[in-house]
Amino acid sequence: MKFFQKILPNIYRDSVALMQISCKLCDLPGISQASAIMATEANIELLNEAGLLVEKMSPQPNNLLVAIQGDDEAIIDVAFKQVEKSINEVGTPTLSGEEQILAPQSIEMALDEFPEAQLALISCPGEYAEAEAQKALNLGLDVMIFSDNVSIEGELALKKYAANSGHLVMGPDCGTAILNGVPLGFSNVVRSGNIGIVAASGTGLQQISCLVDQLGGGVSQAIGTGGRDLHAKIGGLSMLKGIQVLAKNDEIKIITLVSKPPSPAVADKVLNEARKCGKPVVVSFLGADLAAIKGDNLFPVETLEQAAHAAFLLSQGKKPSDDPLPRHTIETSIIEEITSSFSDKQRYVRGLYSGGTFSYEAMLLLGAEIGPMNSASPLSTKHKLNDIWSSTGNTIIDLGDDLFTRGRPHPMIDCRLRNDRILQEAKDPETAIILLDVVIGHGSHHDPAGEIVASIQAARASAQKLGNSLAFVTFVCGTINDPQNLVAQENKLRDVGAIVLGSNAQAVHLASDVIKAIGDS
Amino acid sequence: MSDTLNVINIGLSSFADAVAGAGGTAVNVNWRPPADGNVTIGKALSSLVHNQSVDQANQIAFDKYLNAQPVLEGIGRAGDVLPNMGERCILHSGPPIDWQNVCGPVHGAIIGAILYEGWASDKNSAENLLKSGEVTIDPCHHHAAVGPMAGITSPSMPVWMVTNAIGGNKTFTNLNEGLGKVLRFGANSFDVLERLKWMQTILAPVLNEALARSGGVELKPLMAKALYMGDEIHNRNAAATGLLLKQLVPHALRSGLPNDDIADAIEFIAGNDHFFLNVSMAACKAMLDVAHGVPHSSMVTAMARNGVEFGIRVSGGGDTWFTAPAPVVDGLYFPGYSITDAAPDLGDSAITETAGIGGFAMAASPAIVQFVGGTPSDAIARSKEMVPITLGRNNALTIPALNFSGTAAGIDVRKVVDTGILPLINTGIAHKDAGVGQIGAGITRAPLACFTQALEYLQENLNA
Repeated sequence: MKFFQKILPNIYRDSVALMQISCKLCDLPGISQASAIMATEANIELLNEAGLLVEKMSPQPNNLLVAIQGDDEAIIDVAFKQVEKSINEVGTPTLSGEEQILAPQSIEMALDEFPEAQLALISCPGEYAEAEAQKALNLGLDVMIFSDNVSIEGELALKKYAANSGHLVMGPDCGTAILNGVPLGFSNVVRSGNIGIVAASGTGLQQISCLVDQLGGGVSQAIGTGGRDLHAKIGGLSMLKGIQVLAKNDEIKIITLVSKPPSPAVADKVLNEARKCGKPVVVSFLGADLAAIKGDNLFPVETLEQAAHAAFLLSQGKKPSDDPLPRHTIETSIIEEITSSFSDKQRYVRGLYSGGTFSYEAMLLLGAEIGPMNSASPLSTKHKLNDIWSSTGNTIIDLGDDLFTRGRPHPMIDCRLRNDRILQEAKDPETAIILLDVVIGHGSHHDPAGEIVASIQAARASAQKLGNSLAFVTFVCGTINDPQNLVAQENKLRDVGAIVLGSNAQAVHLASDVIKAIGDS
Repeated sequence: MSDTLNVINIGLSSFADAVAGAGGTAVNVNWRPPADGNVTIGKALSSLVHNQSVDQANQIAFDKYLNAQPVLEGIGRAGDVLPNMGERCILHSGPPIDWQNVCGPVHGAIIGAILYEGWASDKNSAENLLKSGEVTIDPCHHHAAVGPMAGITSPSMPVWMVTNAIGGNKTFTNLNEGLGKVLRFGANSFDVLERLKWMQTILAPVLNEALARSGGVELKPLMAKALYMGDEIHNRNAAATGLLLKQLVPHALRSGLPNDDIADAIEFIAGNDHFFLNVSMAACKAMLDVAHGVPHSSMVTAMARNGVEFGIRVSGGGDTWFTAPAPVVDGLYFPGYSITDAAPDLGDSAITETAGIGGFAMAASPAIVQFVGGTPSDAIARSKEMVPITLGRNNALTIPALNFSGTAAGIDVRKVVDTGILPLINTGIAHKDAGVGQIGAGITRAPLACFTQALEYLQENLNA
């Protein structure tokens, strides 16, 4: 072990700078202890105690003392050269512009930086979403809660607070919205225009806004309320607020409401608000008694597709047509062709949905025409599947339901769950039609049709082994301006022989006609 | 709603991209679950953010802090001037603690103080006296006082006296002994006690006489000047010490006290760049004490450590200390020492950060930026980092490197929990054994648990 000590005269460095130099020295290989320090009395004593000073020395407070203990002289020499280098190093000037800017770490911090903000879009894990939403409301923001797993008590508290402070709460579990023409969450690139939507259903909102876009109309405001908003407990607080917001918005001429049928008390409140809003209101309460929805400015409709058509016509200053829309666009000869290709056992439709409202609408329409649908969440508990992972008879399932997605990504993002189920249905000799929705737009899978096409082909091959031929009936919910492009997605499906229709209602009607045709033959 | 859409995005950042792509504007929050994911505390926080009662209380507390004018008025005898101290009490730094549980340096310093007072003649009998319960220990903070490191203050010791000219409240602190073997690091040898006696009999009278003749020293202007001269007035006090000395020397020379005593006193102060630290601490406490006790206020009025626990007090938190285990500081160590030798964080000196200087004013002190990464821009970044967790700026204490903006001050419990940004503290590091002394220095952060407890307290009281 060798010791080295040296005084560098008339050099002053702050103790902190020197400690850093010392630390670096100690990290060098073969150096056991080292210090660069001002040679004050206290410091000399310190080094003596550390056993680092071999020669006695007197205090020289204006001189720098370097003391090194190392394996051999060469190593010490390297270390001392490093000290000299560090001492002589000059900092590189930094412009203040290069300093890091601290990203906001709370809503309040973000608002300090961005006081123009109007809305907080919250998609953090559900257990934290209520608190974040409350903070946003406290700070005077409207809120969209994309997150799910917020308690109904939490939802009520937020919505009551918002009602008192004049703010809007969209959600929880609000997957999509359009505000001021800007899509939020899972949403489609829809033309702006004078139609406004308030929807308790995300896919319902998407279907209507996309169909309006295809018809040539536009939707500038589409307010999601979250699926529980019209429950008796919540009382439609967000839908009421949504109607008020759209009533006051000068650009919006037509309002469209979308929901499953609310409880009578909630329906009364919502329809009252609609009656006094001063604008035509298309009411799409799926499965509701249309005759019970009365009002000069109310236009009740049965399907999402009808809602889109009615809203579009109204937006053009026309009266909605009393004539029913065409059931679908497929000729009878093709239906006959399909049914004739089925084997004797092939009798049933299997609807494998990713959108909850599409699945619900399918159960309603098919149920009215060909009898009740079995499901994991059926219209009537009598028709609940014993095993949700296995279809029986006519079955419609929503693979986006929590029952299926627990621990898995949503089927709009990750197609594997549904692809597996398609293959499974193909192996069931009783499967005749596989009914599929394909939802595109921001947030959805970047090429859902591409994913489904592969499993359609595999399913066909598997069915062929049973001597069966499957019919795939599909529709794409989206627009040509969506990142995935509506037409491109439709073409991919057509290329593998899937029948592609313009809406869920059309797809369902076709499925119904095919099943009825099987029965007739 | 206006024509554009301006969104604050919490969660999936891709949603912000979609908003921007469609012509809206979105700011992403770099979000983490607040309070380390404790949902109950997160919910309590959500009811306090932008709460009117809390905001109004904070405005009152913060204004009191801003308006305070601490004046250094003189030197007194601790037992005579400290409120409710009594003659058999020894004060320590940080939140309350039983004498059995104190850390090494505090224990050593208590024994030293007993010997200094002459209550026992040797260390053994001092230990026995402590065990007998005849001598009690109590936090400095409970007697309007603060002390660096162990903070040990006994009745005969001289203390600085600071008065807030606006609020009238008084604060106290012991005198800085210098570096090396000193009582505040637990040293209690003969020479340590001799120095303390000299400070009591020679230094204190010189200072007291000089101060009396000067009519008192206004501390805020002096500290403001020191910030311009490279001090952050916690870990660097070289400029402030010089400024104080400059003010006192002429008065000391005219005092008629023996020239040798005056010369010794000046020499002692000149040889200790940390001499002003204690004064800085008392000034900070004077500014913060006056802001304490505003119901519902979430402004932090003290941060202090006793070498075992880190504690904070909050203006609307009554007498409660909100405590958590004191962190061990991962700083820069003197040769021969490492983090394994360190006592957990110790001392009342975090009162400086509480008042917006020290770690909060790193940008003022380029000389010691190695603590925060090595470059002045790191120091500026750290000072800016404190802005979002504070109630405002102290425009009496400005920083040239931040375009002469005031230091971030008035730590808000809510903002700390909401952002997860923990107050930064510059600190010396004591050896865990009594009497070894300072073994390093560095920066540390106040523990989150102190703030979450305070938050729960505030929320419960608001609803009560």
